[in-house]
Amino acid sequence: MPSLSYVAAVNRALRDEMARDERVCVLGEDVSQGITGLTKGLADVYGTGRVVDMPLSEQAFTSLATGAAIAGQRPVVEFQIPSLLYLVFEQIANQAHKFSLMTGGQASVPVTYLFPGSGSRSGMAGQHSDHPYSLLAHVGIKTAVPATPSDAYGLLLSAIREPDPVAVFAPTLLMGASEEIDDGDLEAVPLGSARVCREGTDVTVVAVGHLVPIALQVAAALAGEASIEVIDPRTVYPVDWETLGKSITRTGRLVVIDDSNRMCGFGSEIAATAVEEFGLTVPPVRLSRPDGAVIPYALNLDHALLPDAGGLVGAIRAVLR
Amino acid sequence: MRLIREFEEHCLEKALTGTIVGGIHPYIGQEAVAVGVSAHLRTDDVITSTHRGHGHVLAKGADPKRALAELYGASTGLNRGRGGSMHAADVGLGIYGANGIVGAGAPIAVGAAWAARRAGHDDRVAVAFFGDGALSQGVVLEAFNMAALWSLPVLFVCENNGYATSLPVDRGLAGDPVRRAAGFGLTAAAVDGMDVEAVAEAAGRAVAACRAGAGPHFLECATYRFHGHHTVEHLMGTKYRDDDEVAGARARDPLTRQRARLAPEAADAVDAEIAALIAEAEAFASSSPGSDPRDALDYLYAGTVPARPGA
Repeated sequence: MPSLSYVAAVNRALRDEMARDERVCVLGEDVSQGITGLTKGLADVYGTGRVVDMPLSEQAFTSLATGAAIAGQRPVVEFQIPSLLYLVFEQIANQAHKFSLMTGGQASVPVTYLFPGSGSRSGMAGQHSDHPYSLLAHVGIKTAVPATPSDAYGLLLSAIREPDPVAVFAPTLLMGASEEIDDGDLEAVPLGSARVCREGTDVTVVAVGHLVPIALQVAAALAGEASIEVIDPRTVYPVDWETLGKSITRTGRLVVIDDSNRMCGFGSEIAATAVEEFGLTVPPVRLSRPDGAVIPYALNLDHALLPDAGGLVGAIRAVLR
Repeated sequence: MRLIREFEEHCLEKALTGTIVGGIHPYIGQEAVAVGVSAHLRTDDVITSTHRGHGHVLAKGADPKRALAELYGASTGLNRGRGGSMHAADVGLGIYGANGIVGAGAPIAVGAAWAARRAGHDDRVAVAFFGDGALSQGVVLEAFNMAALWSLPVLFVCENNGYATSLPVDRGLAGDPVRRAAGFGLTAAAVDGMDVEAVAEAAGRAVAACRAGAGPHFLECATYRFHGHHTVEHLMGTKYRDDDEVAGARARDPLTRQRARLAPEAADAVDAEIAALIAEAEAFASSSPGSDPRDALDYLYAGTVPARPGA
């Protein structure tokens, strides 16, 4: 079976949607060169009028996409690093997101924001290592963090087709991932649909993005000790509460691992809802970055702040006791 | 201009007596800019506006009845009561909305112009209205750069009313606006923004040039707002302009100047027509139903998201 890489899957999704829908265009820095790999070759096929290199003006081109979307286009905006979200939060959270409600539904803003290279990039230090999807979930921006190449393809397709703004985070640690899959099997993945990656009966592990394969490795390693169900929510907003609720109610135990800062992070929301609604038999455990973490440069300090397999093993054992 | 003036006088009264919650940013004194520019715009042209948006919205053709109903929070309003004064929009008329963030509309207008070109509507123009304060916003300067780079049909209209809220322009802005815009490659000019004929002439040239593919233009309109930045200034007693300055501006009232150019009967007929329109708008707005609180988050998404209640 052919192998599809994560980067190639995103690239393929863009290529296919541009072929399917003339309104889809790609805007961002270095997109004609495809420096991140995601947009590589698209300009050769669709031209630089549709794969448009932007000046280093993130705020203006984010809102340019808003205006273009209201006027009928379907822009995909690529940001070179996820921390640029802080620069364009006004344009996404305060303009694009609010347009539909503020105008009483006169129009919406079908823009896709693509954040490649999210999360720690090992040595990229404070301003290039964030994974800020919880911020967008808090605001109410539909936000996907695909964990596999086929999900990257399928969620990006849905994001582009969605009538509202949608953010897609492509974590650094998955960019090199590959999956055995036929191109013909690739399909759109609905936003708000979680994936049960491994079935189990003793404990539910909810993992996001690059932590999904780590959770699966841990579940396999602990198979002799416990039956672990691993769920990938795939979109952190909206959340597939039905799938999560069924699993957590059945197992009665929850560990959630995500690469947000702890305070007001995605894991906090999953844990709080589980406590309120899903009948846990023991308190849930959250694994995350520390409160307010800024990733230091030195590699051992960088890694020290990230949730990892060792922590997950300890957390699972703690809820099983 | 008479419609905007009367609409705003009516809104001022209703804001100060509490019918309009949240207050308004009065446009009174600046009417010549919205009217002079919009005289050259078609329905399929796009505008983005400011906090002080009533004039632009009405000049572009929005229904005054629905505009007033919006300020009353009624379900019949332009935005179904979800936008209010600072977000009034009529997307079908190319009005992409007033905006509560200074300068935020400029790149949205650039996007609309870019989209029009992509869709093959080369003669469609986008106009970004903003105040002198917005010239200190980076995003506006980024928008200048991008419009000029791609020679897009955008007219940037700077309504220089002398104050960014309470900050006098000479304490907030280095250099000259026209030269600043020209530095980005925009064709830039200044005009008396208190004279509707002068604005119309300059805007007419700029809009025609934009339609003809001559690239983005910038028009600085020297104008003045007769009232405070926001109606809360009336309530707070805020005062940062001396009476002589305001009186001097009122002596150049664009409505008075234009009236002098018209036959008295024609001007009287306009007054009567507008008075009837405002009475009709008040009757419509004040008798319009509100919305059901259970529907407060309607229109949050075009697609469906099952939002959980907060409490």
